[in-house]
Amino acid sequence: MTNIPETGRTPRVQIRLVVIQILVLSLLGTLGGRLWYLQIRNGDEYAKEASGNHVQQVVQPAVRGSILDARGVPIADNETRLVVSASRTDLLKMKDDGKAVLTKLAAVLGMKPKDVMEKVRLCDAKTPQPCWNGSPYQPIPITDEATPRQALQIRERSEDFPGITAEPEAVRRYAAPGKANSAQVLGYLSPVTDDEITKAKDSDSPYLRSDQVGRSGLEREYDKELRGKAGVTRYEVDNLGRVIGKAKSDEAEPGANLVTSIDARVQRVAEYELNEAMKIARTQFDKITGENYKADSGAVVVMEAKTGRVVAMASNPSYDPNAWVGGISGKDYARLTGKKSNYPLLNRAIQGQSAPGSTFKVVSTAAAVEAGYDFDGRYPCTSSYSVGGQTFKNFEGESFGPISLGRALEVSCDTVFYGLADREWKRDGGINPKKTPKDYFYKTAHQFGLGKETGLDLPNEVTGRIPDRKWKADYWKANKDAWCKTGKKNGSYVEKIAYENCLEGNKMREGDSINYSIGQGDTLVTPIQEAVIYGALANGGTMYKPTLGKAIVSADGKSVQEIKPRVSGKLPITKATLKGMDAALEGVVTRGTAAWKFGGWPQDKIPLHAKTGTAEVYGKQTTSWLATYSKDYTIVMTIAQAGTGSGASGEAVRSIYNALYGVGTDGSIDKKRALLPTPQKSLPKIQTDGSIDAPAMSKDPAKDLQATEKDTSEDGDQEQPAGTTPSPTASNRDTRRRTARPKKRRRNLT
Amino acid sequence: MTGANNFSVSGYGPERAGWTRLFARDSLARRLDWPILLSAIALSLIGTALVYSATRNRTEINQGDPYYFLVRHLMNTGIGFALMVGTIWLGHRTLRTAVPILYGVSVFMILLVLTPLGATVNGAHAWIVFGGGFSLQPSEFVKITIILGMAMLLAARVDAGDKPYPDHRTVLQALGLAAVPIMIVLLMPDLGSVMVMVIIILGVLLASGASNRWVFGLLGTGALGAIAVWQLHILDEYQINRFAAFANPDLDPAGVGYNTNQARIAIGSGGLFGTGLGHGSQTTGQFVPEQQTDFVFTVAGEELGFVGAGLILVLLGVILWRACRIARETTELYGTIVAAGIIAWFAFQAFENVGMTLGIMPVAGLPLPFVSYGGSSMFAVWVAVGLLQSIRVQRPMSA
Repeated sequence: MTNIPETGRTPRVQIRLVVIQILVLSLLGTLGGRLWYLQIRNGDEYAKEASGNHVQQVVQPAVRGSILDARGVPIADNETRLVVSASRTDLLKMKDDGKAVLTKLAAVLGMKPKDVMEKVRLCDAKTPQPCWNGSPYQPIPITDEATPRQALQIRERSEDFPGITAEPEAVRRYAAPGKANSAQVLGYLSPVTDDEITKAKDSDSPYLRSDQVGRSGLEREYDKELRGKAGVTRYEVDNLGRVIGKAKSDEAEPGANLVTSIDARVQRVAEYELNEAMKIARTQFDKITGENYKADSGAVVVMEAKTGRVVAMASNPSYDPNAWVGGISGKDYARLTGKKSNYPLLNRAIQGQSAPGSTFKVVSTAAAVEAGYDFDGRYPCTSSYSVGGQTFKNFEGESFGPISLGRALEVSCDTVFYGLADREWKRDGGINPKKTPKDYFYKTAHQFGLGKETGLDLPNEVTGRIPDRKWKADYWKANKDAWCKTGKKNGSYVEKIAYENCLEGNKMREGDSINYSIGQGDTLVTPIQEAVIYGALANGGTMYKPTLGKAIVSADGKSVQEIKPRVSGKLPITKATLKGMDAALEGVVTRGTAAWKFGGWPQDKIPLHAKTGTAEVYGKQTTSWLATYSKDYTIVMTIAQAGTGSGASGEAVRSIYNALYGVGTDGSIDKKRALLPTPQKSLPKIQTDGSIDAPAMSKDPAKDLQATEKDTSEDGDQEQPAGTTPSPTASNRDTRRRTARPKKRRRNLT
Repeated sequence: MTGANNFSVSGYGPERAGWTRLFARDSLARRLDWPILLSAIALSLIGTALVYSATRNRTEINQGDPYYFLVRHLMNTGIGFALMVGTIWLGHRTLRTAVPILYGVSVFMILLVLTPLGATVNGAHAWIVFGGGFSLQPSEFVKITIILGMAMLLAARVDAGDKPYPDHRTVLQALGLAAVPIMIVLLMPDLGSVMVMVIIILGVLLASGASNRWVFGLLGTGALGAIAVWQLHILDEYQINRFAAFANPDLDPAGVGYNTNQARIAIGSGGLFGTGLGHGSQTTGQFVPEQQTDFVFTVAGEELGFVGAGLILVLLGVILWRACRIARETTELYGTIVAAGIIAWFAFQAFENVGMTLGIMPVAGLPLPFVSYGGSSMFAVWVAVGLLQSIRVQRPMSA
């Protein structure tokens, strides 16, 4: 029908038209194929890309909750500060990676250019602090202490400072009410890391890029509660970022407030007294080492005996937690973590461990009763105890003849416990033990909660150590190669010890058990463990898990979630034994090893109980311990390298009791001056607008206390020993174990 | 000569002139190519919906009236339809005689663009702006002029029965006729239109039966010209970038590469059925540029999905398929050449336009026939439909 010659139609044209037709349709086919490839085959991928394209998140950070003391005084809260931040992504777009801008900025802020640069570099394995360990896409704070003038300079000349912002922001403030700094208890915050964001992505509390995370102390333990929930509004935006619709909006939920059992006033007194005690100890001469005590670290815990609530917890050396706010400077970081720093970040009340010395004797006493020895029996308190060519002495070689266990506790007679522990060791088979040794002394220690965490609400608590048979076997396995290599039969002291350990370090030796019975050797305890034990002695035998958190109260005060005291166990002692021990420990205060520091104390009105301890540490000066309790409180103080328990801590602990009960130096009680004669029961009120009804706070409760003491001492109390110089007699000095002949002790671990 | 005379000259069908013939049984209406007509109407309506979806929220260009572009697109379609009717009424043979006038007017118009009256839109200096928001892109009409002019020259002696194929001289004359407006358009520079015109010339030469030497010669010249243009820096940088970004979207991720990538995301995210008209996030968010004109296909891809976008391709396929039949079945070489020119025009423009949104062709500012918003283009393609109908109507009815 088509090839009609008379119309001029030729086959050539016809063929070409068919070619055109095929070409055209194949082009359309190509488009169809490509369309299928994009929409059907890879459609999901593109749909994902599209949804990421048009949604922008605007994050409204939640205000972090405050940490309050028991009366509602904020010990950590927020304040508005002018924060100058740098955007790394903007800086890196510049030719010199923003160096010029940062140098200019440093000039405006009065900082060194180097410090500013260090703040914006990213942390990695090779980069030491200071560095930024948050997200590189988030503005990095340079300083949060910009003056309004500096902020204005930066804002008005924004073209000179590309990528730099100066905005008011809520930043953490550790207010230190009444100078109570509570640094280790509070902990600190630092920016969230990419790793943490990934990990917490699918949990019920995911992190935002801008989040600050608690790194230690209460800030870390209660991070989830304090942090609140940032508000996220997802906007649909167009290609220019203009908002074209709101996709989803979550209001920011401010973090809850944490009410603690800490009393800022008592905390301040505890911190002050600990520091004073250490200062004074450093002026004291140590006869053994022939130099002044170093008193390089210490801790004190004030705990409610009947609930386990911590009223004060201080660790020395300390630091200012505000150093972390807004990113820590290199100098500060070195000061806090360097080799010369003495590690002020450590909370020595829960992370410092040392041999308990004689404070351990309450455990040994309980163990002896458990093993069948009568509490009121008669046990020889000789001046020394000899076994297999070794002589273990009482501290000053004193002897009291046959005495009861209670009396042995009171005068801290070592030889009584040596004898009992030795007999038990022999009953268990001696150096070649029975298959199932009774091990009363070790089992009792475990029952007292030693060798494991108390479980208080602070992170990274250490366990301490009970050197029982299992531990010895494990420890020997881990170290025998080194011991056997370095050990020499007739070498130096250390070499000889290594030699002995190599031979029989896996076995419970006679000397080990004897040393152990008075808290020397490889035993390690923490101040908080001691507080739990002495608190249990005070309350009739119940051990509590110590707590700092008392309640979590929502920002509007409407929801109150109380944290109840939790019982962790019962002391393995009968009521009768407990009563006997209670009396003995009261005797320590009235006529025993601590009596010289508690003269004039109104014992009839406020009965105090105490046990002193002095732990030997190889190569160092002795660690002092003082564990005490009243009806409601237990106070444990320890100072490393400071001599005896009563000598180093006697005044300080007494001063804390003075503050709690309002006792003057003459023993008079002024209830008005008492900070906390009975534990704080009620919770502070938080109003719906978030404001807190907190009582007025004195500028420095420690100074108030001194003033009180001055007032009363002006009345003249002649009985009181003048000053703080320890003047112990031989009998009321702390006990310590002396080995007369070749010291038979392993390398000691502090 | 009049249209009616033309009909009578053709000598096919009942000898009745005027509008009545259109509606009579066994007459013009019957001989019209309905698939082409219906497809063109369908494409224009789909285009209306897409243009509306792409512009309803764009207050900065729609003067606050969400229906601004919808109404205009419908208006353009209506005018286009009228132009088609007029073209059928006149007939393509009448227009052959009018070629000198059309040619003169066209060249005058594109020259006008080069004067201060011309305006630049998106880097192409291809517009004449009248008052009141009306503007004209004369190069669209030049396409028709070139087709008609070349067809007239090439078919004259063949249709007269003098020769089986156009001779070299005729071909040279035809090329010369096309070259003048093309050079002017190249000066604008409106590269997309130049490309379409070159393809039209190729289609016209093929259909005319001109010697293979001319066909390959043209292809070779085109290649050489492209190289020359590249080497002599005749193109502006933005034009080179468009090509570069097509070859490697990462080359210019914030510029042209961004556009092509966003276009691909828009189409890809549509899936089988799309997000529904007015619900495309890429479209609503204006991530794709020129959504109502050059990139209108992305709106179809996102909001109507594979089904809707595929339908557009099918409708274009129907028009091209039917146009090929018309080209093959008409008895005059003149009609064949005109149809082939239109086929080359539509096919290339559709392939280039859709291809660039799909990331298989470089980005060039060409509208999608019937669908893209734009009066000049709409008028031109409807006139082309009128020409196709006219050729079909006036070919002998096959027995």
